[in-house]
Amino acid sequence: MIRPPRESLVRMYQRMQQIRQLEEKVYYLFLQGDMPGTLHLYIGMEACAVGVCENLRHEDYITSTHRPHGHAIAKGVSLKAVMAELFGKSVGCCGGYGGSMHVGDLAVGSVPAIAIVGGGVPVATGIGLSCKMRKTDNVVCCFFGDGAVNEGAFHEGLNMAALWDLPVVFVCENNLYAASTPIAQAVKLAHLSERAGAYGIPGVTVDGNDVLAVYEVVGQAVERARRGEGPTFVECNTYRLCGHSRSDTCGYRDREEEAEWKKRDPLLVMEENLTEAKLITPDELLGIKEAVAREIDEAVQFARAGQTPKPEDCMQHVCAEE
Amino acid sequence: MSTEKGETRRMTIAEALREAIREEMRRDDRVFCLGEDIGIEGGFGGAFTVTLGLSEEFGHERILDTPISEAGIAGAAVGAALTGMRPIADVQYADFLFCMMDQLVNQAAKMTYMSGGKVKVPLVMRAPCGATTRGAQHGQSPESFFIHVPGLKVACPSTAYDAKGLLKTAIRDDAPVLFFEHKLLYGSKGMRAEKDAVSPTSEVPTEEYTLPFGKGVVRREGKDVTIVAKLLMVYKALAAATRLEDEGVSCEVIDPRTLVPFDTEMVVDSVRKTGRLIIVDECNRTGGWAGEVAAEIQEKAFGYLEAPILRITAPDTPVPFSPVMEKFYVPDEDRITDAVREVLRWR
Repeated sequence: MIRPPRESLVRMYQRMQQIRQLEEKVYYLFLQGDMPGTLHLYIGMEACAVGVCENLRHEDYITSTHRPHGHAIAKGVSLKAVMAELFGKSVGCCGGYGGSMHVGDLAVGSVPAIAIVGGGVPVATGIGLSCKMRKTDNVVCCFFGDGAVNEGAFHEGLNMAALWDLPVVFVCENNLYAASTPIAQAVKLAHLSERAGAYGIPGVTVDGNDVLAVYEVVGQAVERARRGEGPTFVECNTYRLCGHSRSDTCGYRDREEEAEWKKRDPLLVMEENLTEAKLITPDELLGIKEAVAREIDEAVQFARAGQTPKPEDCMQHVCAEE
Repeated sequence: MSTEKGETRRMTIAEALREAIREEMRRDDRVFCLGEDIGIEGGFGGAFTVTLGLSEEFGHERILDTPISEAGIAGAAVGAALTGMRPIADVQYADFLFCMMDQLVNQAAKMTYMSGGKVKVPLVMRAPCGATTRGAQHGQSPESFFIHVPGLKVACPSTAYDAKGLLKTAIRDDAPVLFFEHKLLYGSKGMRAEKDAVSPTSEVPTEEYTLPFGKGVVRREGKDVTIVAKLLMVYKALAAATRLEDEGVSCEVIDPRTLVPFDTEMVVDSVRKTGRLIIVDECNRTGGWAGEVAAEIQEKAFGYLEAPILRITAPDTPVPFSPVMEKFYVPDEDRITDAVREVLRWR
């Protein structure tokens, strides 16, 4: 297994902590009635976004889903900008026009999230086409869940990306449930990565709760894409350590199954890996965790203090300004 | 030919569209075409020959043939447009827009808004519409669906001059544009020629020009009744106006050229003069563009109206196949002249 530089390990742990703590905070604020809207939390899946995005440059792109907070943060959208967006403020990353399901900022390569399941797949193909036509060596990582692989748009997007050897990495976050529907009730295959063969591209399944494993596998896929050799399908096996959306108590999941996955919490997995390999001390980890907690508090303060849009601002931005 | 506009040539709409694409692709490396059967060697240059020969100049990377994957084409256009390209997608038949609806309505139309104005989606969907004895799934006029979607612009050229000028504007626009082209107006030649086509030609300047969106044109001036019509219906309205002239009735025919944005002012000004309005539209009746124009004008010019606003539209049925039934389905000169006589009874 490749070992990323220490600086990279620290950044990945910090990013995972940022995502986890932001999600826990917004859930708390939501339950308190402070935060509007709905929420699809990324708790338990942090290793996927962080392991993927650690391979990306500022100029590379990601597309995201209805569960986008973690993706956006991993690609570099600031905690403040994400938090303010969730509060519907003008200083949010989408000016309060997007909300939870559309966070992103193209300025850092995070395409405003597409919350239609599978809808982002052909869009990522188009971004890959653009990267290739503009003769850049940029790549796009397309995040989607296990539910998306049964959408027609998935099929069309993968086929075209494969056909034209586009620089796209298709990252399937298989968290075993499409909302409440177990994967076995939606797909006949044991591994979703087997779908890749149908498009003539490589498919890999990886432990999505081990950030270093994700980092390594996606790193190979990204390099392949940069070389112009085409897309890869990466299936990250993972689990939501939370409900599908704001009010979901997961009555459809087995409590023992949840307990097993909780033992494999991606943050615990990383902490163990780092401390066992003596790459970082428990004190340092604690220091990062506490620093992130302060960042989250600052993000909340920033969001609360941020200006609320005027009601009539809803009339703006329907079409791009000339 | 030489006019006050400088050198011109007579062109069909298909030729004018091809020239617009050629000029814009020469002018801007970001512009490219994608779609089914648009550049295949030995093929037909799109279903209606618009892209014929373009791959010889621009290559197959910029005249990009795709698999039959409408959602993929539209999604790829969105992704490319978001990241610095200016795609022109060939929809082959406007009916296939329905296969793309998620990408057009949920992605293309909303990306700019959802990002708070930070991103642009400069794409054009070229969609051939209109009933042409192909039946219910290759003959629809789905323009009305798209005027209902905030974030999309909708263009409907009826002459070669307009087609070229408006397509160039559409390509340069930073918003997604649905560009409807009527199959009976193209003037496609050879094997792709359409039976019963109107195929108007018009003088097109050799010098470069663009036409603004949201500016209609008065195709015929008149004082008794205003007729607003788009695409093929412009020609039916003009034919009806000519026939009515013999009865001493003077019709003003307005072609809005774009539905979004719409030149409300031009129609209001005309209705102030005539006091009567008829809208002719090949879209289905209920929830259609004609109804929208009627509502808008009665709000803005109620005091000037001397008769009810009438809609002459396709009925609320799918497009029938049998030519006899199709003829009944598509609004024609008889229905328009009857409608004019009816509104004139209100004195």
